[in-house]
Amino acid sequence: MVPQSEIRKQLRRILPRVQKPGRYVGGELNQVVKDWQSVATHFALVFPDIYDIGVPNLGVMILYELLNNREDTLCERAYVPWLDMEDEMRQAGIPLYSLESFHPLREFDIIGFSLPYETLYTNALNALDLAGIPLRCKDRNESHPLVIAGGHACFNPEPMSAFIDAFVIGEGEEVIHEIVDAHQQWKRSGASRQELLRALSRISGVYVPALYKVKYNSNGTVASTLPIDSDVPAFVTKRIVPVLPDPPTHFIVPSIDVVHNRIAVEIMRGCTRGCRFCHAGMINRPVRERTVESIVDGVEAALDNTGYEEIALLSLSSSDYTHINELVNAITTRFAGKHLTISLPSLRIESFSVELMEKLRGSRQGGFTLAPEAATDRMRNRINKPIQTEQLLETARAIYSRGWTSIKLYFMIGHPEETLEDVQAIIDLCRSVLNEGRKIIGKKTNLHAGVSTFVPKPHTPFQWVPCDATESVLEKQKMLKDGLRSPGLKLTWSNPRETVLEASLSRGDRHLGDVIETAWRSGAKFDAWQDKYQYGTWMEAFEKHDLDPAFYISRSRAIDEVMPWDHIHAGVARKYLEKEYQRSLDGITTEDCRDNCHVCGILPEFNEARRLHPGELWLCPEVK
Amino acid sequence: MQRIRISYEKGVELQYTGNLDMHKVWERTFRRAHLPLAYSQGFHPQPKIQQAAPLPLGFTSKAEMLDVWMDTDEPVENIAKVLVNTAQPGIAIRQVSAIPLTGEALPNLVTAASYRITLEEPIDKDLLSQKTSQMLSTPFIERERRGKNYDLRPLILSLTLLQGQPAIIELDLTSLPGATGRPEEVLEELGVDPYSADIERTGLVLKQG
Repeated sequence: MVPQSEIRKQLRRILPRVQKPGRYVGGELNQVVKDWQSVATHFALVFPDIYDIGVPNLGVMILYELLNNREDTLCERAYVPWLDMEDEMRQAGIPLYSLESFHPLREFDIIGFSLPYETLYTNALNALDLAGIPLRCKDRNESHPLVIAGGHACFNPEPMSAFIDAFVIGEGEEVIHEIVDAHQQWKRSGASRQELLRALSRISGVYVPALYKVKYNSNGTVASTLPIDSDVPAFVTKRIVPVLPDPPTHFIVPSIDVVHNRIAVEIMRGCTRGCRFCHAGMINRPVRERTVESIVDGVEAALDNTGYEEIALLSLSSSDYTHINELVNAITTRFAGKHLTISLPSLRIESFSVELMEKLRGSRQGGFTLAPEAATDRMRNRINKPIQTEQLLETARAIYSRGWTSIKLYFMIGHPEETLEDVQAIIDLCRSVLNEGRKIIGKKTNLHAGVSTFVPKPHTPFQWVPCDATESVLEKQKMLKDGLRSPGLKLTWSNPRETVLEASLSRGDRHLGDVIETAWRSGAKFDAWQDKYQYGTWMEAFEKHDLDPAFYISRSRAIDEVMPWDHIHAGVARKYLEKEYQRSLDGITTEDCRDNCHVCGILPEFNEARRLHPGELWLCPEVK
Repeated sequence: MQRIRISYEKGVELQYTGNLDMHKVWERTFRRAHLPLAYSQGFHPQPKIQQAAPLPLGFTSKAEMLDVWMDTDEPVENIAKVLVNTAQPGIAIRQVSAIPLTGEALPNLVTAASYRITLEEPIDKDLLSQKTSQMLSTPFIERERRGKNYDLRPLILSLTLLQGQPAIIELDLTSLPGATGRPEEVLEELGVDPYSADIERTGLVLKQG
């Protein structure tokens, strides 16, 4: 392969021939370039999709800043090339390289993949292959980088366990330093790679799959996942940071247009609502808030460092941020007249949200997004997102009457126990909202219904339930398409074939490693891109390994079935998930846990952290 | 409101940043510098920034220019100082000057541009020299651009092949509405692969505005 010194030269010849060559050269404002020889650890962060998608990723940005703040470490970035560039690279023998120093990835000490969702898995394999690094952990030796991964999808690490040496479960801000320290110690010691893996497994929140053995029952379900000996912990509990550190402020500013060109600040982590379908709501507990001061100061510093004209204040449920009014007032006063666009997604369905948005709305106005998720009281109780239809209509009236012409409503079909009446109710509700708008602003009224298909996720109260059958999903989608035909009404839905892949990969076990590799070898990549997803290739890969997606997605699991992810602890106790599942079957809601702790398991798990950090930054009860 | 004209160099860091994206690069530079840009009115206020002549993707430049309208009476020397400190990698500011608000639009002032082309791959220089002389002595070079025939020859104001290795060509081309010469097309005409060349814009010729 082409050595580092030659990569830039070769690129000059190739880049004029590819789309958006600016993706492949780095050099952006706020990128950090250190002297390669001056540090002990060379860390490459990889977001396994193209630059345009990867650069705005907040997780990567947080870790990039933290790692580069270390004197003894440099952190550089890589993304996967788009198809045209991949062809050129393979033809010229250019390995996957980092954008900062154009070093081939295989020269780094640690490669860290961000895996927020499952449809990036084949791209991760492609990245390893382009880097000239053996795909499987067992084929790597001391001369290869350590390959780690983190992100929401890693809460079920099993499908990717053959390829990733170590997974970070949970939040990375602290544990990333412990991993670098352990790696440095190991490098100095000259011990075997096996020793490094052992050392990593002793770090809380780090899962080394090679040190666990899975036994299966004759029916194919998991019997047990146990450590290979007593030095390895029996299970891995996710990491959290007890107090959210100050937000990153040195965002990389790409010199070309990407999907989000903005400063993103988490105002809080976690959610107290307890919606039963919500993976993020279960795995990101406990709820921790940043102070208004920390957020506003962070935004100000980031604006000075980047010059961005857009800010996104992120959380799973912005209206629930304790000081939301104070925050919005502080932001609008401090940055008045600066031609800023400020977005505040995930608002509750109530007129207060409209007031909030009105304060933030500058001259650039977009649509207003609400997520009722279901349209009947029966179903809303089952998924624990109780909203009154009248309240939604009232909110819609407020939105249309204050100048917005477009509302986007998110729903899901395929909820457990769903009937066609529940689907018909989505149609009726959308039509009612549209009518409210027409009464106020007439023909200008727009409504966009985004109806996705529910996938029961690990670590949620619905982990036992099967996915809705494809025929049933198609029938419901047909109903929606027929029922939602009207001027001003737009409907989008998920392709059931894509749902099959997402569901299998998120609910699967170790056997899926072979399927992922075979699918990738047969050409599967960019599975998250609708026009690149190859359903047939994936189905052939399942077949080749005598596996059936139905086993993972269409089967109701017994309440005492051992899940492939049971040795990964998200802090929420399985007992609590079972109880919530039962309440769902009984149609009983569970109220917001900031008013009343439901003993989900987080407090016993992180008792010490809560005791050391009393006060209002955590929304859990205090511990004495 | 005031109008300033910035002359700057565009380096390799921004070699693959197109003209539209350069607008954003400059808008953000001013925002970081806390220098208020003048925004247009309406639903989508845009800052008023005008580039002299688009630079093709992949070129670097020693001679870029743009006009910026600002909502400040800050003396231009102070503006220059702040901009030099906040410009991002890939931009080196050469000069900042005040321009009358009513003066002619910058793109209308440009009449010609100079380029320096470095041929990185080994080439038969004698043959190249022969071809350049031949090109210059031809009265008419018919080519096609976007399905339309045109004559390349009058767009070439001068063409010099420098002594030594690697081969370097200095080229002056007209840059007028409907008559803009492109270095890649000259290279193609000379039988040189434009992708194997490093092309840098070295000068812009403006008429008195």
